[in-house]
Amino acid sequence: MSNTVLTFTDRGIYCPAGDFFIDPWRPVDRALITHGHADHARPGHRRYLCTDACAPVMIHRLGSISVETVKFGEVRKIGDALVSFHPAGHLPGSAQIRVEVAGEVWVASGDYKVVPDGISEPFEPVKCHSFITECTFGLPVFKWDDQNDVAKDLNAWWAKNTADGKASILGAYSLGKAQRLLAMVDPAIGSILTHGAVENTNQVLRNQGYRLPDTIHVTPDLNVKNHSGALVIAPPSALGSQWARRFGPSSTAFASGWMRLRGVRRRRAADRGFVISDHADWDGLMSAIQETGAENIFATHGYTDIFARWLNTQGYNAQVLKTEFGTDEDDTAPTGEAA
Amino acid sequence: MKDFAALFTTVDQTTKTSLKTKALAEFFKTASDDDKLWTIALFSGRRPKRAVTTTQLREWAAEVGGIPLWLLEESYPIVGDLAETIALTLPLPSRQSDQPLTYWITELKSLAALDIEDRKIRILDAWDQLDPVERFLFNKLITGGFRIGVSQKLMTRALAQATEQEEASLAHRLMGGWSPETTDFHTLIEAEDAAADDSRPYPFYLAYQLEDGPEALGSPTDWQAEWKWDGIRGQIILRNGTHHVWSRGEELMTDRFPEFARLSDFLPDGIVLDGEIVAWDGSQPYPFNTLQGRIGRKTVPKKLLKEAPVILLAYDLLEENGEDLRDLPLQDRRTRLDSLLYALPDDAPLRPAPPLAFDTWDTLANIRATARDARAEGLMLKRKDSPYLSGRKKGDWWKWKLDPLTVDAVMIYAQQGHGRRANLFTDFTFAVWNGNDLVPFTKAYSGLTDAEFRQITAWVRKNTQQRFGPVRQVKPHHVFEIAFEGIHASPRHKSGIALRFPRMSRWRQDKPLQEANTLDDLKDLLETYG
Repeated sequence: MSNTVLTFTDRGIYCPAGDFFIDPWRPVDRALITHGHADHARPGHRRYLCTDACAPVMIHRLGSISVETVKFGEVRKIGDALVSFHPAGHLPGSAQIRVEVAGEVWVASGDYKVVPDGISEPFEPVKCHSFITECTFGLPVFKWDDQNDVAKDLNAWWAKNTADGKASILGAYSLGKAQRLLAMVDPAIGSILTHGAVENTNQVLRNQGYRLPDTIHVTPDLNVKNHSGALVIAPPSALGSQWARRFGPSSTAFASGWMRLRGVRRRRAADRGFVISDHADWDGLMSAIQETGAENIFATHGYTDIFARWLNTQGYNAQVLKTEFGTDEDDTAPTGEAA
Repeated sequence: MKDFAALFTTVDQTTKTSLKTKALAEFFKTASDDDKLWTIALFSGRRPKRAVTTTQLREWAAEVGGIPLWLLEESYPIVGDLAETIALTLPLPSRQSDQPLTYWITELKSLAALDIEDRKIRILDAWDQLDPVERFLFNKLITGGFRIGVSQKLMTRALAQATEQEEASLAHRLMGGWSPETTDFHTLIEAEDAAADDSRPYPFYLAYQLEDGPEALGSPTDWQAEWKWDGIRGQIILRNGTHHVWSRGEELMTDRFPEFARLSDFLPDGIVLDGEIVAWDGSQPYPFNTLQGRIGRKTVPKKLLKEAPVILLAYDLLEENGEDLRDLPLQDRRTRLDSLLYALPDDAPLRPAPPLAFDTWDTLANIRATARDARAEGLMLKRKDSPYLSGRKKGDWWKWKLDPLTVDAVMIYAQQGHGRRANLFTDFTFAVWNGNDLVPFTKAYSGLTDAEFRQITAWVRKNTQQRFGPVRQVKPHHVFEIAFEGIHASPRHKSGIALRFPRMSRWRQDKPLQEANTLDDLKDLLETYG
């Protein structure tokens, strides 16, 4: 590792050759942003650079910021560094960032998943020497079922609730997961109602040209009785709240990778837990890492200690990178609703 | 096992007792008699004998899953359940089968006759034809208590619905020492109950905690009060020349308490007594700690029999002359009990638990305040005309315990919980000051809300100073009020004391670290209450 393309500072991942940061957590002059989730796109930087697909959501969330955009795959020279953004498959517009300095290539993955979800730009493996990988679900117990199978379960749950005269309230993170679910559900079953946080994001993405089924924003004057048996998509925090009570008899569910664990599922006390994650599962992480061809792996965000130890037994030179991504760095918190 | 797995999935997907009961009743209507019998057995705490160790299971699962053992071990505390960890780690099965529950239990039992290599082949073969939910249940059959959100009470209710029998009489049929190997569904559930097993106890009637004072219970004259003793709730059965001692947890404890063999010298046949088993110093119970030394032993050395003899403090008579008295009013049962136990010699391992005389609730409150002097943990209040019901029922029986003792202590270690509490730090070690040192003196697991556990979990993650396996040493910062029922000297603990039923009663976020209690404070409590 004689050529250190990226270094790790208390403000975030830093590139000395280009004098910029990637997803920094304290204010900096120039920030390259992988995707719009709050732990990666933080307020307060002087200049932002991200993909044109990512920018609208980020502006929607952070307000008036100075943003420059690039297309996926477009190479920018910043100082002595060559920089390009490549699809991470995590959510619409999410990217991995490739940084090349004097022939040495590093990739910061941000968050990613390797299987296509029907709405995000599919993950693209990028060859590199060093790879900074997330490992939110970096344990062998995390393996995702095929999305089509989960979609069948999800639609069957909704259809049954509709038949029983109940609303189906589904808790999902408002950026990414909610839209992915919209792409999975069968709009023929009934109306799809959305919480304001979800609908605002829908609007931003629709304006960009992402195709989503029709949804109805739940406003105070909406008469929910006209939409009996509807699917209601809301942030997890809205479930069990006063807001959710207006829908009358209902079945509740969460959509998250954590739902793979029975203990977490039961603690959430929802009727159903659908295992749908926007992060790579165990096999996904391993295949992604292998395809980069990287020798040096930096594990961040998740079960970093365990995952790095495993990678070292597999012939990689792996280490733990302490960042402030995720709700928690040290080990997992199944409160991480984005997962 | 697909029908059983479907039952589990339904039960697991709801928090509503009514839906769980309905699903289980449906299963009881459709499953084979063998599967029904085993389902009853599993949900009443009866398991097939363990044929492989959990260590072997872990090793084999890691091997099949293509991961090193340490990686499986690291995943276990995060998942919080070994059976589930293994089920999630294994690759998908290569083939499908649909053998009934009883087939897999028989398969597990048959492993006992095989050598270890063959056991492994059979377990791996089972894993390879069970889907993840079935595997989880299969592993659960091996790894421990079959706890999957169905209580014995819920199972009994479902069975009552499915068979159109009285829940209470079914509960009685399910008591005692039966196992699926020694009976069948018809005999256990459906047959005329004439030839009942001599050892079979009655379902215990359990009291609810009285949260406010007793004034709301109405006139004091309708109520009988007794000390609430701190021993083991037990039923003693004398039938056909034999005797049996059952604990409330339906454990047969006859051999642990040989003192009761002499009961037939004092009492006629055809008797069932309900009472509290305590270690007795001649005039008072010893503290629970003394009895504890007896419980752990299957056979009792002579010395211990002499040092800590047990007696039954009897407070109810459930059967006399072979006749079930449970429908009689308590005062009638009590009269019969008193005349039965009248003028027993002092050395009899039995005496009536004396009712306490009181005419107003205030008088009774004053009596309650002296409970610790009587080596009791509070009072029992029983309505004089109450029948002896089964299980925990509100209304006629109440426990009115003393307020617990408390100390303010500093959290110094934290560990993650299991099952529903996996991934949350819920198991804490607490310390008190000894000069400038913090001396650990107790652990506690309960008393906080889920929201508080989440909050403390986030804090623990940020304030870990050192790790010892799963245990985190955390920065001494948070003070908790620890409530407990008793305190006694314990040479095995660094602090020299041990607590009974410690739990977190309050998170003292208002209290600075330095103001937590000291070891001397604890020693004073030991002096006063030990």
